[in-house]
Amino acid sequence: MVIFAEKTLLMAKRVEYFTVRDNRSLNNDLFILELTGNHKLPELKPGQFVQVKVEGSAETFLRRPISIHDVDYGSNSIKMLVQVAGNGTDRLSRLEKGENLNIVYPLGNSFSIPDKDKSILLVGGGCGVAPLLFLGKHMKSMGLKPEVLLGFRDSYRVIEYEEYESIGTVYLTTEDGSRGEKGYLTDHSILKQRHYDHICCCGPEPMMKAVAVYCRRNDINCEVSLEHLMACGFGVCLCCVVDTVKGNLCTCTDGPVFNTKDLKW
Amino acid sequence: MVKLDVAIGALNLKNPVMSASGTFGYGSEFDDFIDVSRLGGIILKGTTLEPREGNPYPRMAETPFGMLNAVGLQNKGIDYFESLIYPVVSAYNTNVIVNVNGGSIDDYIALAERIDRLDKIPAIELNISCPNVKKGGMIFGTNPSSAREVIKAVRAVYSRVLIVKLSPNVTSITDFARISEEEGADAISLINTLLGMAVDTKVMKPSLSTVTGGLSGPAVRPVALRMVWQTANVVKIPVIGIGGIMSADDALQFLLAGATAIQVGTASFIDPDTTVKIIDGIQKFLEDKGFGDVNEIIGWINRS
Repeated sequence: MVIFAEKTLLMAKRVEYFTVRDNRSLNNDLFILELTGNHKLPELKPGQFVQVKVEGSAETFLRRPISIHDVDYGSNSIKMLVQVAGNGTDRLSRLEKGENLNIVYPLGNSFSIPDKDKSILLVGGGCGVAPLLFLGKHMKSMGLKPEVLLGFRDSYRVIEYEEYESIGTVYLTTEDGSRGEKGYLTDHSILKQRHYDHICCCGPEPMMKAVAVYCRRNDINCEVSLEHLMACGFGVCLCCVVDTVKGNLCTCTDGPVFNTKDLKW
Repeated sequence: MVKLDVAIGALNLKNPVMSASGTFGYGSEFDDFIDVSRLGGIILKGTTLEPREGNPYPRMAETPFGMLNAVGLQNKGIDYFESLIYPVVSAYNTNVIVNVNGGSIDDYIALAERIDRLDKIPAIELNISCPNVKKGGMIFGTNPSSAREVIKAVRAVYSRVLIVKLSPNVTSITDFARISEEEGADAISLINTLLGMAVDTKVMKPSLSTVTGGLSGPAVRPVALRMVWQTANVVKIPVIGIGGIMSADDALQFLLAGATAIQVGTASFIDPDTTVKIIDGIQKFLEDKGFGDVNEIIGWINRS
């Protein structure tokens, strides 16, 4: 219902076929799917997502919402970092180079870009690091200097470390201490040493809630990217609602990025 | 040129393809994908007198060839509709129809009276079949005397085209079709969703916050088609077929079984251009078969 007001600001949504350029496994759970557009990519914004159709199975009736991990306008391609979570993502992990994939995009809002003088930390846990690469590169290209805090279960699950290092200083935690500082993201010493003005966060909900609490206590502006079950992705099924101070809002059109002051966390 | 227009009472549809309520928002959500005015009609999101927040998350579960939903009629109420949505939807060059819901007969009456005053809304779809609300909804649509009472009451105050949306969660769908016709409905639409449920074994809990929800998608299509065929054979008013229609072939099955028009629902979530593809597909079918008018094939299988 917010559609009317926001429409002119958003890039037109479209349904298009993309071709698989590369499909690369990072570990047992995660893979990177790189797709080339058959039409020129519109301007995409960090935080936005796509709805991917998974053909050929009764169990994958609905599209799968997946966030945009990286964009390369030069090669007209996008990357998605995907976790194998069920039938749909399992099928996507098996796609071969040259296969076609039907996508509805670009969907959702985007992370806000703070002023240049603000100190920014991008906080990502597990597969939730996905939208932060695109966001970090975008911020850097605009002259901002974000730092990055990543958390994984163990060293085996640390992914794309070098990619994030290209954005700015990376702080790392693993739950078992096998790489970086031991513990959860919110235990990292940098959070005690430095006060950031703005935090952008994506990861498992308990982790994002812990980050939201930290930000509230320390008076830090905090945006999180939520993941909810959805059918359409463009604001009509009303399945992906988030309980906010403004009532039930759709993750797909009012989000996926929300300021934590609007959430009942 | 093949003639595609059909009549639903006094309502003329330029073609038999409409959107199903709750799957098409207020139309504008589809403007990026299709020319909404190409449709025979659009049925807007279920509307109530007062704003409703709907049911808690999770409200959706994917099931084989379908999905369960338990949205619970989330909408901003008739005041919001009248002031902010009505002016926008009025611009579409198609029949814009409001799906009307209530927790009591008085609610239905009050809402129908309000919408009767809106000149650009030529019809309402009386929803007596929503399975996801505690009060009203399907309770009216699964009890013959309650159904009769609410249809009679709304008919008394609503002067334009009245479509009654039936629930499949009944023993005899034809009883409700007959009641609708007897009480002055101009058409019936069916089916609303089938009551269903799913359990998430990973967390050992129901998949929906409400435990049960409404099943839609091609999984329900054979049931819907059977009910449309049964009702089309017992009432003279037009029947609008709904249930898992994903393609022109699916839509044609309903027309051949006796539906005068069809509604596309869940398919629009997956492929937002399904409605217009179905219009094109119906036209091509008629041309290929040498028919000049879609009305020639409506109820084709029922003719001896």
